[in-house]
Amino acid sequence: MGRFIARRLVQMLFVLFAVSVLTFFIFNVIPNGDPAVRMAGKQPTEPQIEAIRKEWGFDDNIFVQYATTMKKVVTGDLISYFTQLPVGEEIKKGLPRTLSLAFGAAVLWMFVAICFGLYSAIKAGRFADRFLTIISLIGISMPVFWIGALMNHYLGFKLGWFPNGGYVEFTDDPLDWAYHLILPWTALAILFIGFYSRVLRSNVLDTINEDFVRTARAKGLGERQIMVKHVLRNSMIPIVTLWGLDFGAVVGGGAILTETVFDLQGVGQYAAEAVGQLDVPPVLATTMFAAFFIVLLNAIVDIVYAYLDPRIRLQ
Amino acid sequence: MATEPATETTLQGPAAWGEQAEKERVHGLGPWRLGLRRLRRNKVALLFGFLFILLVLVCAAAPLWADNIAKTGPTDGHLSDTITVNGEQKNVVGLDGVPIGPQYWKADGKFFLGADGNGRDIMVRLLYGGRNSLFIGVTAALMTAILSLLLGVVAGFFRGATDAVIRTVLDIMWSFPVIILGTALGVALALGGLKIGPLEIPGDSLAIPIFIIGLVYVPYMARPIRGQVLSLREKEFVEAARAQGAGPFRIMFSEVLPNLASTMIVFFTLLIANAVLLEAALSFLGAGVRPPNPSWGTMIDDGVERVATAPHLAVVPGVMLVLTVLSLNVFGDGVRDALDPRAKVRVEL
Repeated sequence: MGRFIARRLVQMLFVLFAVSVLTFFIFNVIPNGDPAVRMAGKQPTEPQIEAIRKEWGFDDNIFVQYATTMKKVVTGDLISYFTQLPVGEEIKKGLPRTLSLAFGAAVLWMFVAICFGLYSAIKAGRFADRFLTIISLIGISMPVFWIGALMNHYLGFKLGWFPNGGYVEFTDDPLDWAYHLILPWTALAILFIGFYSRVLRSNVLDTINEDFVRTARAKGLGERQIMVKHVLRNSMIPIVTLWGLDFGAVVGGGAILTETVFDLQGVGQYAAEAVGQLDVPPVLATTMFAAFFIVLLNAIVDIVYAYLDPRIRLQ
Repeated sequence: MATEPATETTLQGPAAWGEQAEKERVHGLGPWRLGLRRLRRNKVALLFGFLFILLVLVCAAAPLWADNIAKTGPTDGHLSDTITVNGEQKNVVGLDGVPIGPQYWKADGKFFLGADGNGRDIMVRLLYGGRNSLFIGVTAALMTAILSLLLGVVAGFFRGATDAVIRTVLDIMWSFPVIILGTALGVALALGGLKIGPLEIPGDSLAIPIFIIGLVYVPYMARPIRGQVLSLREKEFVEAARAQGAGPFRIMFSEVLPNLASTMIVFFTLLIANAVLLEAALSFLGAGVRPPNPSWGTMIDDGVERVATAPHLAVVPGVMLVLTVLSLNVFGDGVRDALDPRAKVRVEL
């Protein structure tokens, strides 16, 4: 088991390294990407550009540039080209917001999807099942920024049921924190509710036909107990895996659109703004940050799986 | 919670399809005929399949509407024009900057669904935008499918070092945050276009979002295909072909590829849906289709900014987008159930 974890961690570091190299080189090779020209303003003179180039080290060999940039990423000294603000600080500022959004949404979509999926499977083929299936399909067909903007306008602005944007720290007032995040949570969760309830429905239908369920019925257990203890618990394993992977993906960039449309100013929105200006240091840092979460959750899921199922360790 | 004996549940759900398939196999029908028959029985899927075709046809007819009814183009602004509604003169864009709402037939079909902030006809833009969105979706999905098939088949068939390299590349792509990467590429390429040797793509070309979208979904499709090739190559019929002296290419093209067809069809349908959604997301972040070119994504982006004064700007293109993606999802679901009831295909952003 120890060797498996070690191998998985080495793999993780390798992928992160590759992501950093690729991101760095993509933004240094793409045409019109010379940051010195863009930083110098509207009508720059050649000496101005030259000075910026020297100051920021743009005239160094590209490998040297990569090395110095990565050193700054590790020490947290990376500075934005355009706002001149330290990138590490900005990410630290946005992190609690992104995590609040991702975590709340993940709990919400898991809970609703279990209810939908289980009910749908119990009523398989009937009206309730068809209805929930259609609802799920509509959910996965809606762009999150569209439904988010409409929810914000109609529920937040027109009806005034929810605050129109804004964010309150959890430590300041947990209730207000949740109240401000209800709309973003819902908007982000809709897509995943669609996916999860469908996956859970088909898993439950598969499990219901297993022998151990028949045994449970034969020994006279109540229907509720069979459903919750035997069927649901066994149908949950693939869902929990997905949940881990998707949580990583949402923290690592999946929340960009939701953050932008609700103006939550998390890491995702920071990334989107940096990308819009082709501000390489924050783009690099947020990409690495995102890749880190994606890779980390992937590794955790693999390790938990290997722990549960020893055959995987040998592959 | 309903109490039901187990026997009743087994008559519904996926188990029943298997039973049905067993029964039908007795009549000696091939898998494709069986699939078609199952699909024809799924009225909901067929309905949504027709809806998609209808949407495509309507968007394809965009010039007809623009030339004969609206008498304006998708990028023509009417910022300071007036139209006659029931004999009354009205500004296309009010003095307070609020554009006119849907007129339907009141102005002979002009501004059927209202105008946007630049005084452009929304109906015309919606149809032309649909052409762009659908074109991007289908072409990008095609690109993903071809690339994935190539990578998946090569990796799954040659195994060893080739497989290891391809798997690592896919792992790295998988770990990239899709939207950050897509947006960054979109913004960068839109600035200067792309120059590869003699091939030159201008920054406002549709080829750029197509290229980006086509690329980012590759790992999601190549991985399952690789897995399927790995399991197919262990099957007896491949062994039989090899015993007859078939080389690797012969085995790949006439033994393995036909067996991937049903997976490819299902994936392709769902990929179009996801590509259309990703186009909208990229355009929303300013990295998809370049304005003033219309697409549903750019129109939603415009609309979201003005949602407080003119909500129809966001609602109209959004509803079209949802209808298109929904029809593809429902139809793709039906095709999957018909061709391969046991498969669990999942594509996502």
